[in-house]
Parts: sequence; structure tokens; C-alpha cells
Amino acid sequence: MRLELQLNGHATAVEAHPAKRLLDVLREECGLTGTKEGCGEGECGACTVLLDGQPVMSCLVPACHAAGRTVTTIEGLAGPDGVLHPMQAAFSREGGTQCGICTPGMILAAVAWARDRASAADAGEALAGNLCRCTGYTRIFTAVATALEASRDAHDGAEG
Amino acid sequence: MRSHLADFDVVRPTSLEEALTFAATRVGVPGGVTPLAGATDLFVPFNAGQLAPTTFLDLQGIAELAMAPRWDGDVYRLHALSTYTDCRRDPRVAERLPLLVAAARELGALQIQNRATWAGNIANASPAADGVPALLAYEAIVELASVRGRRTVPLDAYFTGYKKSVRAADELLVAIDVKAPPSGARHFFRKVGTRRMQAISKVVAAGVIERDASGIVTRATLALGSVAPVTLRARRVEASLLGRRLDEPTIDAAVRAVREDIAPIDDIRSTRLYRARIAERLVRAFATA
Repeated sequence: MRLELQLNGHATAVEAHPAKRLLDVLREECGLTGTKEGCGEGECGACTVLLDGQPVMSCLVPACHAAGRTVTTIEGLAGPDGVLHPMQAAFSREGGTQCGICTPGMILAAVAWARDRASAADAGEALAGNLCRCTGYTRIFTAVATALEASRDAHDGAEG
Repeated sequence: MRSHLADFDVVRPTSLEEALTFAATRVGVPGGVTPLAGATDLFVPFNAGQLAPTTFLDLQGIAELAMAPRWDGDVYRLHALSTYTDCRRDPRVAERLPLLVAAARELGALQIQNRATWAGNIANASPAADGVPALLAYEAIVELASVRGRRTVPLDAYFTGYKKSVRAADELLVAIDVKAPPSGARHFFRKVGTRRMQAISKVVAAGVIERDASGIVTRATLALGSVAPVTLRARRVEASLLGRRLDEPTIDAAVRAVREDIAPIDDIRSTRLYRARIAERLVRAFATA
């Protein structure tokens, strides 16, 4: 099928089998290899992308379910000038990443929660679907907390 | 991805009528038709190369099935594509049907809850379906549709065996009606698994107890998962509580009764013995809470 979607802010059209995994369409048809495959069965969260702003496991999304919808991958977070998204900057600054396989999904899940705090009671619940085998999670949670604090300060500053 | 995409077709109807007509034409055809809702369960064996070639009947384009869940008096109506996140976001569900929120919160993780559907959890008919016991505890009614018409089935009568149900090959599960108990009812949910989220349960229990002013139990429902070939109502436990006060002898009798209600097995997630012990403890917690 011809798959039309809004991908990282750009109207995009690719040719893909309707049951092809969104994960594979992103990596193969769209050349966006920032989205990683971990387990391939919805357990690890490495392939997390945002579908209409909501985090989903892209290994469990048929391409046809992205038709006409908005998809954000890790490549879509930084500004056009290459300036990192505050969550990316926080992960980098706090050492919330090691081998890097979980990082794109972890950051997207964290960004979704930062934008919609009612979606989970705390960072632990928000990131429960994202496994990391390197960091022990402490630095990840520190990164998320500092990113939230920074955005609150920025917001307060804007209001002031 | 171990499946060969060329072995699979996808049809994407835009109306329920079109979907039902297509399903009817596929009865008896090898591979048949496999309704596709949130894909969170189907795509696991699909990715692993363990799903037999089939034609996916994608439900996402059907407006009637994609409607948001809605309240009609005390009855909450979930449609075929209603997700766990839909329930979590409705404060009235948290107040009137708290077991749905409790089950939704511990099912998978947010990435799964955003896509997975209640109807899909029923349709798969897995004995380990962690959304189903909450629906069973509220005595939910399932609505099935085909070109032959519509019918309703109590969820308790829907499952007929391991991954088997009364749903015919040409039928689609279109809606689930869940009636909220009166205020004052006690709602109980407990999932026992390796971790709280992203782990299918070893044993899951959901139940409701209603009592009159003198403390006599007037209604008791208790549903259990992962302890038998199907998710089930623990009818002997319920009978042991009905018409009684929740005193120690009654609770002890309920704990003994559950042994007759369940038939747990050893499998990848747990053992027969552990499940039997935990089921008894869950019954005690349910009757004591």
C-alpha cells in the first residue's frame, strides 16, 4: 500500500506492505535507524515511537495503523538547527545512557510523560515498559527529573 | 521479523457491514480471517514466525468500532477498539468500575495500554488474559455481530475451552457492556506476577462483594485468571459467601472452596502448587479486605 503519514513534522509517503511492522518501515523505507529493535515482542520498549503523541511499541504496530497519523521518532526531537531536545540534553548531561540501544525509546517515553503527566503516576510507571541492561536506571530517572525541573524553570521564567 | 509478509493479506473495511460481509465470505477458506484491533497480542507470534498465514481484517477504519467508550446510566459500553488507556482516562470509570482501571494500569506498560483493546483480550480467549477477570467480576455482556445478525452473550458463557469461545468464524466482537455496581460495593483486584507491569500474571483475581446493612453478603463475584484452561468465575467461592457474614468460618470455607473451582498447571510462568497456594490467599484477601 501507499502509506502516507506525518513523520517528524514532514508529510511522508512510502510504499509498504500493510502488515509490515512500523519499526521496519521506519528503518528500511524511511532510513530512520534511530528506532531500535530489542526483543521484537513488545517487552523491552527499545522500539518506542510516538503515534499521535502516544508512546507505542513500533514492533507491534502494522504499517497500515500509521496511515494518516502522526509519528515521532528520536530523529524528530532535536530542533532543525541540531539543538537537542531538553530530555535528550538531560540524558546526555546526567549519563542516562550507556550502550544506547534503549535510549531512543527511553527518551521518547519520557518525553510523552513530560507532555502528559496524567498518563502515569510517576516516572517509574511511565518508563515501566522500557528496559535498560546497562545503567541500573538511577541515572535515567535523574535525567528525567532534571529535564522536568528545567522545563518548569523555563516555564516559570517565561511567565515571569 | 520471522514471518513472510507475502503469506499475509490485510483487508481494511471502512464500515461494519463491509467487514461482516467479508468475514462471511471467508468461512471455511484455509487461513480464514483474523480480526486485527490493537495488534499487541497478534503481532507477537506474527513477529516470531508462529502465526499461520491468514488474512487480517483490520478494524481500525470502522467508525462504529472506533467510537469512544460511553456511559448510558449505570452501564459503561466499550467498543471493539476501546483501549486500556481509554478506561484509565475516564474519572467515572475509576469511581464506578475501579477494577477496570486497576486491571488496565497493570496490563503491559503504557505503550501496550495505548493500543491494546479489551475486546482483543476477550477474543484471544487466553486463560492468562489479565483484562478479562475485571470484566467477569462485573458480569459484563459481550455483543457479537455477523451478517446473520447480532446477539449478546454473558462473558461468563463466552469461553468454552483453552483459547476457544462461542464466537463463530464470521462473527466480530463489537461491544462489551459493563454495569457498575451500586455505591458501597467492595471492589477487589490483585495481580500476582514477576513484576507489577510488563509481566503476565501467575494468578490474577478480581471480585465484587455487596452486603446489606446487617453485613450479609447479597452479591459476590470472584473471577480468576491463569488457574484453569479459561479465565473463570469461582462459583463455589461465590456460593460459600452468599447469604453469610464475612466471619472467620465463612472465610475459611471460601478458601477451601476455591480448590474445587480451579485446575492450575505448571507452565513457563509458574507452577501448579504455587498457583493453588496463591489462589487460596487471594480468596482470603478478597473475603477479608
